[in-house]
Amino acid sequence: MTETTTLSVPVTQGDEDKYKLRMGPQHPATHGVLRVDLELDGETILDCYPQVGYLHRGFEKLAENRTYAQNLVLTDRLDYMAAMANNVGYCEAVEKLLDINVSERAKFLRVMVCEMARLTSHLLWLATHALDIGAMTVFLYAFRERETLMELFAELCGSRLTNTYTRLGGVRQDVTHEIMMKLDRFVNEFPACIAEYETLIDTNRIWLKRTVGIAPVSAEMGLDLCLTGASLRGSGVDYDVRKHMPYAAYDQLDFEVPLGETGDIYARYRIRMEEMLQSNIILRQCIEKMPPGSIVGDDAPDLIMPTIPQKKVTPDTSAHQGLIKLIDDRNVYMEGDVYVATEVPKGELGFYFVSDSKGKPYRMHIRSPSFIHIGALQTLGKGVMVADLIAIIGTLDVVLGECDR
Amino acid sequence: MGKINEDLVHITDGIKYIPGASALVAPLNKVINWGRAGSIWPATFGLACCAIEMMVAGSATNDLDRFGIIFRASPRQADCLILAGTITKKMAPVVRRVYDQMPEPRYVLAMGSCACTGGVFDTYSVVQGANEFLPVDVYIPGCPPRPEALLEGLMKLQEKIMQEQGRWSQFA
Repeated sequence: MTETTTLSVPVTQGDEDKYKLRMGPQHPATHGVLRVDLELDGETILDCYPQVGYLHRGFEKLAENRTYAQNLVLTDRLDYMAAMANNVGYCEAVEKLLDINVSERAKFLRVMVCEMARLTSHLLWLATHALDIGAMTVFLYAFRERETLMELFAELCGSRLTNTYTRLGGVRQDVTHEIMMKLDRFVNEFPACIAEYETLIDTNRIWLKRTVGIAPVSAEMGLDLCLTGASLRGSGVDYDVRKHMPYAAYDQLDFEVPLGETGDIYARYRIRMEEMLQSNIILRQCIEKMPPGSIVGDDAPDLIMPTIPQKKVTPDTSAHQGLIKLIDDRNVYMEGDVYVATEVPKGELGFYFVSDSKGKPYRMHIRSPSFIHIGALQTLGKGVMVADLIAIIGTLDVVLGECDR
Repeated sequence: MGKINEDLVHITDGIKYIPGASALVAPLNKVINWGRAGSIWPATFGLACCAIEMMVAGSATNDLDRFGIIFRASPRQADCLILAGTITKKMAPVVRRVYDQMPEPRYVLAMGSCACTGGVFDTYSVVQGANEFLPVDVYIPGCPPRPEALLEGLMKLQEKIMQEQGRWSQFA
């Protein structure tokens, strides 16, 4: 608490060029409250140590005191750029733990909102990454499309950013015809928007100078650093949870996993742009293949919003009691652990539960991609300039809410 | 002098127009408050989820620039601190330091439930409301508030600035 007195001090007495610099936590380009301690020689980074914990909110401890259904609302605040994807990841894990079936329509709705969340997250990444490097216009363009999606979210579940859309066994509300029409129009228009961003920066000389060849990650190095998501696929490693361990309805959909070669910042930028187009293709398929039926599984517990009048939640049947009843009725993993990974825009998000028979998680661990990507910063940040470090933080696409938890 | 006073055209409360001279007569309070309310410069300082909605408010759809609200990267150029997100106990000294760097007069907006009261995060690591260590002017509820709610909060701050008396000189 009393550490905020000196911002820069010389490392050694004799060498005037070398000094330490603390970047953040109040820094416009650190994507929140990341602090990086730098050891510098002039403007070259000799060593960098990322310091996390400035947004530690105690999710995992908080989760131990709440029921599985109540914890859902916390997952929104993890990766707040793609809250829907977190909701789905959490629900997939709890459903595996409690052996709840999901209806077919809910699976498609989940994929749909996941991909919409991927678009919002990637658009925000593009906007801030370009802003950090110095392209202001992309920010304004990307936020235009992002706003359309945010308003669709608001229409779908009443909230723009922190959605809490999924429920154990399904989703909260069905899509209306108007939402599907709006989404259809968006899907039709979106590839042109991507082309528009590409005309702005794809061959821009400043953009190329700042991204090509900076912070290259080889395939082995990426695996050693435990990178996932676009950060790993930029190096050419074919790993996507959606493809290799399909969840929800991803096994019924046709899409490609774009792969890069060079593994530098530009490759990762291209991967994310391609991913946005792939998400668009998945959204198109979701609209076409959306099956009719219930949005909640047949055996879903009474933890969802009442959908039919008879299924009313009275004060007596609290969420906790409902779950206790469910666990008594069913043969579930009462004592044991389960790990479920999902592909969120940042990488592989895993939920690990240790469960006892209390109806609350005994321990909930979140394998957040951002935390692991920030760990890679120390390796990638060595020997580059300070300005390149900003680009590296941007390309790893970290969000501190998820990292510090 | 009495003759001039009679000729002045009353425009609004305290502000008069001198016909023929193309000039306004107003108390200094009003003029300074008008200038301040029309140029609130917040520091670019995002803490958590609400920062995303703050960015949306600053983008083209809502366009804060039309209110004269321009984000400044340095707190030394800013006169408004938007606390957009959860303030943890580790972050609180930093927030305080950012606030201390800002020149007077300075205003604080607590945006979102976390900055107002701690929100859902009633845990060991979260400050339960920014008012524990900062003088907060406007509280904006919501988790997160919509960009429109932030606009409403900023307009409330403008109203508050317009009502200030004699906050323009160290001698006043």
